[in-house]
Amino acid sequence: MRLLMSALAASLVGAVAMAQAPATQAQEITGAGSSFAAPIYGKWAEASQATTGIKLNYQPIGSGGGINQINNRTVDFGASDMPVAADKLAQNHLLQFPTVIGGVVLAINVPGVETNKLKLDGELLADIYLGKITKWNDKRIAEMNNGLKLPNLAIAPVYRADGSGTTFVFTDYLSLVNADWKAKVGSSTSVNWPLGTGAKGSDGVAATVKRVPGGIGYVESAYAIQNHLTTTQLRNKAGSFVVPSMESFAAAAASADWSKVQNFAIDLNDQPGAKSWPIESATFVLLPTDPKDPAQNGKVMNFFDWGFSHGNDIATNLLYVPLPESVHNAIRAEWKAKAPGAPK
Amino acid sequence: MSTASISRRRSPGDVIFAAAAYGCGVFVLVLLGAIIVSLFVGGLPALSHFGPAFLWHTTWNPVTQTFGAGVPIFGTLVTSLLALVIAVPLAFGIAFYLTEIAPEWVRRPVGTAIELLAAIPSIIYGMWGFFVIVPIMSQYVMPTLTDWLGDVPLIGGLFSGPPFGTGLLTAALILAVMVIPFIAATMRDVFLTVPPVYKESAYGVGCTTWEVMRSIVIPYTRVSVVGGIMLGLGRALGETMAVTFVIGNANRIATSLFDPGNTIASLVALEFPESPAGSLKLSSLLALGFILFVISFIVLAVSRFLLRARSA
Repeated sequence: MRLLMSALAASLVGAVAMAQAPATQAQEITGAGSSFAAPIYGKWAEASQATTGIKLNYQPIGSGGGINQINNRTVDFGASDMPVAADKLAQNHLLQFPTVIGGVVLAINVPGVETNKLKLDGELLADIYLGKITKWNDKRIAEMNNGLKLPNLAIAPVYRADGSGTTFVFTDYLSLVNADWKAKVGSSTSVNWPLGTGAKGSDGVAATVKRVPGGIGYVESAYAIQNHLTTTQLRNKAGSFVVPSMESFAAAAASADWSKVQNFAIDLNDQPGAKSWPIESATFVLLPTDPKDPAQNGKVMNFFDWGFSHGNDIATNLLYVPLPESVHNAIRAEWKAKAPGAPK
Repeated sequence: MSTASISRRRSPGDVIFAAAAYGCGVFVLVLLGAIIVSLFVGGLPALSHFGPAFLWHTTWNPVTQTFGAGVPIFGTLVTSLLALVIAVPLAFGIAFYLTEIAPEWVRRPVGTAIELLAAIPSIIYGMWGFFVIVPIMSQYVMPTLTDWLGDVPLIGGLFSGPPFGTGLLTAALILAVMVIPFIAATMRDVFLTVPPVYKESAYGVGCTTWEVMRSIVIPYTRVSVVGGIMLGLGRALGETMAVTFVIGNANRIATSLFDPGNTIASLVALEFPESPAGSLKLSSLLALGFILFVISFIVLAVSRFLLRARSA
């Protein structure tokens, strides 16, 4: 019954939104999708309203929902944590560009191990989530952590139970670095976890890890830093161990080769560079290339243009990593080339 | 005065009102039908793609686009039935106390308090479960149960596994607390329908309170009591938020009561936002919704039928 109620409510909201669309104020833009990106879009809107006069109505309903809504054109832009495939973009007449970057970090609860002391790599991580490594004092973990006292404690892996872009980024990383993971589990916003327990949202994962001795879970970097979770180091592609920080997230974004990918659909996981954090991803915006109202499209681009030009500090304060300046410029060029209503 | 003369005097206002009221009644039925049909149509691609095996297939793998309803159906039935096992004796005790033992001045406030329990939003139960009950389960209850029962043949396996605190047993506990008010209130109401003369006669021939309960009240109200239990079952089957918080959310068949599982409502709530329109996953979720609708509909219909049988 609850499902039906919420389905009904959703369709009602949809109907109301459609009915209201023509009547919306000239300066309001609507967006829906990624909940990961909601705080930064909200702050950008708040800060930019005085100069641009644009009011943002953003609904963090999840990336899948955002893609659905922009495909149906019930919103001015969609937001997704997962890049959309090129053929789907063409089919739905969409343009895709990234806005900010966020890392994914590991939170652990191993008695006696302080934050950023434990060293892990992707291979071990995948084997932990596959159930091949079951104890914290396993030989392979101990070898990597010479001198660290590890307890004889079962590892309790925790994952996101709700479909989530964070899960996609994490499982995509595991698939890149562990062939067995790629073959047995793969990557998606939700996967068939071989073991462990699920929790709802980053807060649920963090709370479960905190409570269960031996727990390990993955959360968005901003959430981990704000809540002072016990995190770990990771070995990156260059072979060096890095601590999760704004610097290491930015290093990975900077060392990525953005020029080689289409539609900015870059995979920021496992990037080269000695200081790069290995698990991170950009969050994307989807914009129509055949808008009913080019002026409305223009306002969306004006909004993100403001964010790119003036919003880097806001992003950093909220613990998102701004895109490199060269990428900002490439996005502006893409707008001019493909999106009607692009700012001059 | 004949009915004809009454109807002749009906004003247009009456006719309009009657039509409007009739329309409201029909609207509910149409809405119910429309929901069933739209769930079925939405779920049809999944049902035809996987065939009847969808009902018992236990793989839920979004990566390979393989979906089966086996795990969530299993989880839904196990948690709901387990919740009833816990809730029914408690609810019976409450109803027994309120109708036979409690002094008059206690009955009303306690009865109201129990009804108020039913009004607590399920998200509150979920948070209470997650932040209060789960830690207690993982630190005290589960390790203790494993110590006591873990090595017992046959049932030992039910009480083993890592003590995450979440899992089927915790979900059933929370569900039990949630359905107790429904079952207790129904039981109390039907116990009160027993004609006082029966009970007085029994007391007159020297029966104890328990004997009156067992030999007079229960046999008289048996069918309605089962109806009340079914009402609680209906509520437990569809509960979403509270279960999502504490069940552990794993799409695997649990072999222990401590293992994480999933229910239909919980899986749909978790996966819905990340399911693109037109995908097999969305269709599978709608098919799950349809299955839940059918199960709940049957349970509630049976409960209504049993509760009505006596009063008719």
